[in-house]
Formats: sequence, structure tokens, C-alpha cells
Amino acid sequence: MSAEQSPSQAAAFTADSARRHRKDRFFRRLARCATWFGVIMLAVLIGGILRDGAGSLSFGFLDSFPSRKPAIAGFKAAIWGSLWAVSFTALFSMPVGIGAAVYLEEYASKGRLVGFLELLIANLAGVPSILYGMLGLIAFVRVFGMEEASFMGLSLPFGRSVIAGSLTLTLLILPVIIISTREALRAVPSSLRQAAYGLGATKWQCVRHHVLPAAMPGMLTGVVLALSRALGETAPLIMIGALTYVAFIPETPYDPFTAMPIQIFNWASRPQAEFHHLAASGCIVLLVVLLGMNGLAVWLRNRAESRMP
Amino acid sequence: MTGPGAKSTPLQLGAPRISADQLSKRAGRHIKERAIGLSLLACALVSVLVSVGIVTVLLAEALPFFEAVDLSDFLTGEVWTPLLEPRHFGVLPLVGGTLLVAVIAALLAVPVGSLAALYLAEYASPRVRKWLKPTLEILAGVPTVVYGTFALAVVTPVLQALLPDVRVFNGLSAGLVVGIMILPMVASLSDDALRAVPRGLRDGGYAVGATRREISVGIVYPAAFSGVLSSYLLAISRAIGETMIVAMAAGSTPRLTLNPLDSIQTMTGYIVQVSLGDTPAGSIEYQSIFAVGLALFVMTLVMNLLSQRVKRRFREAYS
Repeated sequence: MSAEQSPSQAAAFTADSARRHRKDRFFRRLARCATWFGVIMLAVLIGGILRDGAGSLSFGFLDSFPSRKPAIAGFKAAIWGSLWAVSFTALFSMPVGIGAAVYLEEYASKGRLVGFLELLIANLAGVPSILYGMLGLIAFVRVFGMEEASFMGLSLPFGRSVIAGSLTLTLLILPVIIISTREALRAVPSSLRQAAYGLGATKWQCVRHHVLPAAMPGMLTGVVLALSRALGETAPLIMIGALTYVAFIPETPYDPFTAMPIQIFNWASRPQAEFHHLAASGCIVLLVVLLGMNGLAVWLRNRAESRMP
Repeated sequence: MTGPGAKSTPLQLGAPRISADQLSKRAGRHIKERAIGLSLLACALVSVLVSVGIVTVLLAEALPFFEAVDLSDFLTGEVWTPLLEPRHFGVLPLVGGTLLVAVIAALLAVPVGSLAALYLAEYASPRVRKWLKPTLEILAGVPTVVYGTFALAVVTPVLQALLPDVRVFNGLSAGLVVGIMILPMVASLSDDALRAVPRGLRDGGYAVGATRREISVGIVYPAAFSGVLSSYLLAISRAIGETMIVAMAAGSTPRLTLNPLDSIQTMTGYIVQVSLGDTPAGSIEYQSIFAVGLALFVMTLVMNLLSQRVKRRFREAYS
């Protein structure tokens, strides 16, 4: 400050400062409202679904097959179909996704190949799910227009079966699993690896006995979240032609199936209001299952955080 | 010196010799190590296979379509009536519908998401932040079919009560719900970018007497702009590729219009509509979904690449 401030300058400064702080308080309130907007929308969504769907939710709903009559239509085939599809998706996606992540994180030397694979995986994560459905339709349902054939208990093409759906969902969640598994592997301290090598372990012995167990809770969190994404996916299953009217539970992976999101979509697109209520009931069931899976993921993450230094 | 390639040095004099049995075991272990390394590489290469697969399938199935329909007619045609005679295959109404929904979604999600990110990063106490951010992220985990049901059951009736000429299926309802869906993505990714701005920049602001708003809007937001912009682009790409919400709430009337209250159809909505019907493989309707899929793939890929490039290109490096 070079010159003494005159009283009028001081008054102007005080007034300006008050104005600026008023603006600050207003902005703070606005930003808080924006944050709460999301929370409120979540509440409205859950409230709206409960209002429409809670009435038709009953044990009979969970234990009946779909029907033309809304009063006796149920969710059984969809629940079991989803269970089948997600189990096989886990079976296919875990080894491949974790294997790819282990390769990128532990085996590959940082070079052009890794950079290229990283670029591909990042872009695959952004491909709309409906395009995975188109890939699944050609590659798994039709197997590129292959004639019917069967060898060693494997019959091709897969048709609109559980196995075609699971393979499609596997490709869809693979980038998600790879990205989250790599993060879990990166969190393992390198001293652990060095200790294993110091005792003469080979690369695989080190990964198998030390790195993977240490990263396991983090990896499982990522896998559970990816599978919950697979559980909620609708568009790829519509593309591969998962059926909307299925009055049975699949018994082999080659059976046709329906899934919870498909059944909800089917009910929601009918004109009668009773079916809209059934769709909302289906949403409740789906959300409860997803909430359970997310709870599991959070529990695994907390366990990981308490164990890792 | 460790790792699979490390050779064991000959043992010192006086130490016991390695037996032939141990040697063959060691060789076996070496082969096993190689085999494991190769199978892990194979897992990683699945991504290449998937990428090639998507492009090949879209190109191969769309090629016969472009033999029947001129590429320039497809890209510039303003009428899309593939299921009715006379057939027209101008993709612009579908692209227009997609962009209309994406713009409405962005108009909701970008300002609200950015403000939420500024609140989380600059104003909220750690305690509030700890539960508020995960709660917002729950929105990102809600399946799109549930959002679609929500649009039909709650948002559209509310809009119809507020505005007189809202159709049962309309672009506004779908766009708003897509906006709610991508909101947590904008908020969460922008929050990460804002929090990566070093504290020293904020402290500099406080030292010259700036208010928190002036620091947030004038210093932190511009400093994090590359990350924030990249989150906008990623969210818009997600809105373009979103399928179930628009298939359920936007309608199935391909129409080149700016009126959000009208029934429209998006690219993804058309693909769903055709695959729900029983169109025989090889017919032109069937081939047309792959042509539309190819256009969708190009649009989202461009947005994703742009998002990655913006993040890298304009990043201010702070040490």
C-alpha cells in the first residue's frame, strides 16, 4: 500500500467486499442445491417405482411365470434367467479379465504394445452396449452364419441361448474388469514382490502366492460391480434376441432364456396400466438385488482397506 | 536379478551339487512359466479381438446395405421410412433425434454436474463429501431400463401436467432422464479433476483476498478445465449411445425436428425397434440396423477419442 486510504475509499472497499461475500454465499447455496438435485432425483426415482410397484409385489409375483393376465403374471423365469446369465458371465469374464490385467500390470514391459492395448481398452469401455449386442448376435448367436454342428458336447451356433447372452455380456464388462483389476494390482506394494523374488520365487509364484491374494479384495470389488452392470444390461440382450415370453427355467446353457431387464422392458411397453405396475415391481426386485451386490462390493472394499497398510 | 529369465549361477565349491532330478524340475518350471506368460498375453489380446470384431461385424453387415442405398443419400437424406413404401433411407432424422436427446441431457447434466463437482471439491466438508459422493454415484449404477420405467411412470406425466402439448412419447422426457443418468458421471469425474489442482493455487487466491467463489470459478475450474471438459465429452458420448431410456420414452417416429415435445426416434431406438420385430436376416431392414450402428459407432468413437485427447493435450502440468 503506497498511499493512505481516504474514508470514501475504505467505504467503497467495505461495500464491495460485502457484495463479493454475498455472491459467494449465493454461489455456495446454488452449488449445494445442484448437488442435492441428484440425491433428490434418486429419492424421486425410488419413490416413484415403489408407488407403482409395491402393490403388485408378492411371493406369487416372484414365483410365477409371465402370463397374458397381469393378475397372475410373475417374475420367476426372469429371475432364474438373470441368475444363469450372470453366473456364466462371471465364469467367462473373471479368468480372462484378471489374466489380461495381470499381463498388463505384472508381465508386460511398458512399451508400444501396452500403450496400444490401453488405448483399445479405454475405447472399448466407451462403446455403446447395443453395439456389443450386434457383435454378439453375429459372433455367438449365428457364429457368422455357421451351419449347425456339434463336437465334444459343444453345439454351434449357440442360438438365442444363455451361453450366447453370457458371452456377449462378458465382452461388454471385460474392459471394466481389466481397468479395476489393474488398479487393485497397482495398490499392492512392490516390497511384497521384491521379498518373494528375494526368496527365489519365479514370476508366476510371486504373482500367484503373493500379489493376487493381496489384491484379491480390491479385484473382487471390481468384479462384483462389473457383474452388477451385466445384471442391469438390457440392450445387448434384446439384440441377441433373448425372448420376452419364457415360461420355463433354463436347464442347460443352450436353453433360451429371458432376464429381469428384458421382462421389465416388455411389461413397460405394453399399453395396459396393470403391466406398468408389474414393470415397476420388477424394477424393485432388480434394484434390491443390485443394492445387495453393491453392499457386498463396499464390504469387500472396507475389508481390503483395513487389511492393507 | 530376478524374474523368469534370471539364470541360476553355478553353485560355490563345497556346496552340494544339483541332482539331475532337480535340474529337470527346474526346466519344467521354466516351461510352465513361459506357458503362463503366453496365456496371460492371450487374455490381454482378447481386447484386440473384440475391437476388430466390432468393426468387422458392423462393416461386413452394413456393406450390402450400401450396395442398395447410396452412401450420400444415407448421410444427407431427410426422410427415414425403412419399413414403409416408398422406402427412404436418409439417416438425418435419426441423427437429429439422437442429438436432440443428447443436447437436452447435456443442458441438464453439464451445469448441474459442474456445480455439484465444485461443491464437492471446494465447499463440502470431508464428512459430508464422504457420503454425498457415493450417494450420487448410486445414480450411475441404476440400470437404464429402470430409468426408462421412471421416465414413463413419473417424468412424462409431470411434464404433461406442466405443459399442454406433450406427447406420451417425447424427446424432452427422454432427454431429461438421460441427463439425470449422466449427471453423476459429470459430477464425479469433474470432482476428481478439480481435486487434482494443487493447493498452492488456492492459497495464492486466498492470499490476495479472493472469496471462495472467486477461487473456485476463477482459479480452480480453469486450472482443471481439461479434465472437466473431458468428463463433459465422455458423458455426451454416453448420452448418444444410451438405448433403453430413449427406446422406452422418446417414441418411434423418425422426425427431423427441434421440438422436444414431439415423439421422435433415435439411432439406438431404431436398432431396438427392428430387432424386436422378426425381420429376416439378409433383408434391407436388417442390414440397415448395421449401417445405423456403424454411424453410431463412429459418433461415439470420435467423442471418446476427443475426450482422451483433450485430457492429455490441455493438461496443465503442476509439480
